[in-house]
Amino acid sequence: MKVLLGVGGGEDSDIALDRTLERAAEAGDDLTIGVFGSNNATIEEVEQTVKDRLATADVDADIRRIEEQPASRLVELAETESFDQLVIGGGQRSPMGKISLGAITEFVLLNAQVTVRLER
Amino acid sequence: MTADDRYPRPPEYYTDAEEREVTIRCLEDEDVDALVEMYERFDPADRAQGIPPTEPSRIHEWLEGLLDGGVDVIASHEGRLVGHATLVPGAEGGAHELAIFVLGDYRGAGIGTRILRHALGTGADRGIDRVWLSVERWNAPAIAVYEKVGFERSTTDRFELEMALEL
Repeated sequence: MKVLLGVGGGEDSDIALDRTLERAAEAGDDLTIGVFGSNNATIEEVEQTVKDRLATADVDADIRRIEEQPASRLVELAETESFDQLVIGGGQRSPMGKISLGAITEFVLLNAQVTVRLER
Repeated sequence: MTADDRYPRPPEYYTDAEEREVTIRCLEDEDVDALVEMYERFDPADRAQGIPPTEPSRIHEWLEGLLDGGVDVIASHEGRLVGHATLVPGAEGGAHELAIFVLGDYRGAGIGTRILRHALGTGADRGIDRVWLSVERWNAPAIAVYEKVGFERSTTDRFELEMALEL
């Protein structure tokens, strides 16, 4: 399956990255990872984390840097390059444990025409 | 209304809109099993934003994090817990996060509003000065309760509505 994963600096991105790499290792997905910066981490930090995890998991993926408007760029990438699935983190948890979805998730859910998977 | 009327302190014994004798008091250590049992009875369809968890093992885990150093007020009826209001400390001394849970059969009888006011009163006594919460934007009944008690909407770019209150 041709999978596009979006990774920013959030805790939920971390979980999405782990799960998607696990799955890719098992299923042999054709994986592309779009990396972008956020309040939590710069794009360079995110890219480095992704490279380290790929090496550890022994999975190959094409890395794309998304410098601005990550939500709309992810959706555009997924559609123009015919991905089967767009994966993003499934929200941040508050101290109470409540899940809240950020602006990127909302945009992707409302606008993507491809299958979206929220990973948590 | 004076501050003490708005934010009473437990305990309170009263008869609810359905003629049930309800006790509101602070949670004690020995109530924890009864609290777990309340969450085991919680209708999964009444969950909001992923809580409470449904499996018993995860209910334990979630409550352990929740009951660590915050404020917890409960409502009980005929020896069983039917409602819980909690204030959870924020990271790095930030505002406390509020949530209230009431079992389905006990909703619409004013229990949520009462335990909410008691939790805020107890929080004020313990020096808590800022409280926040998040709520799904479509949940008009909950938002109405929070506004009645004094919460104001915060500006946020998140999917859910956030509200805050200065005590």
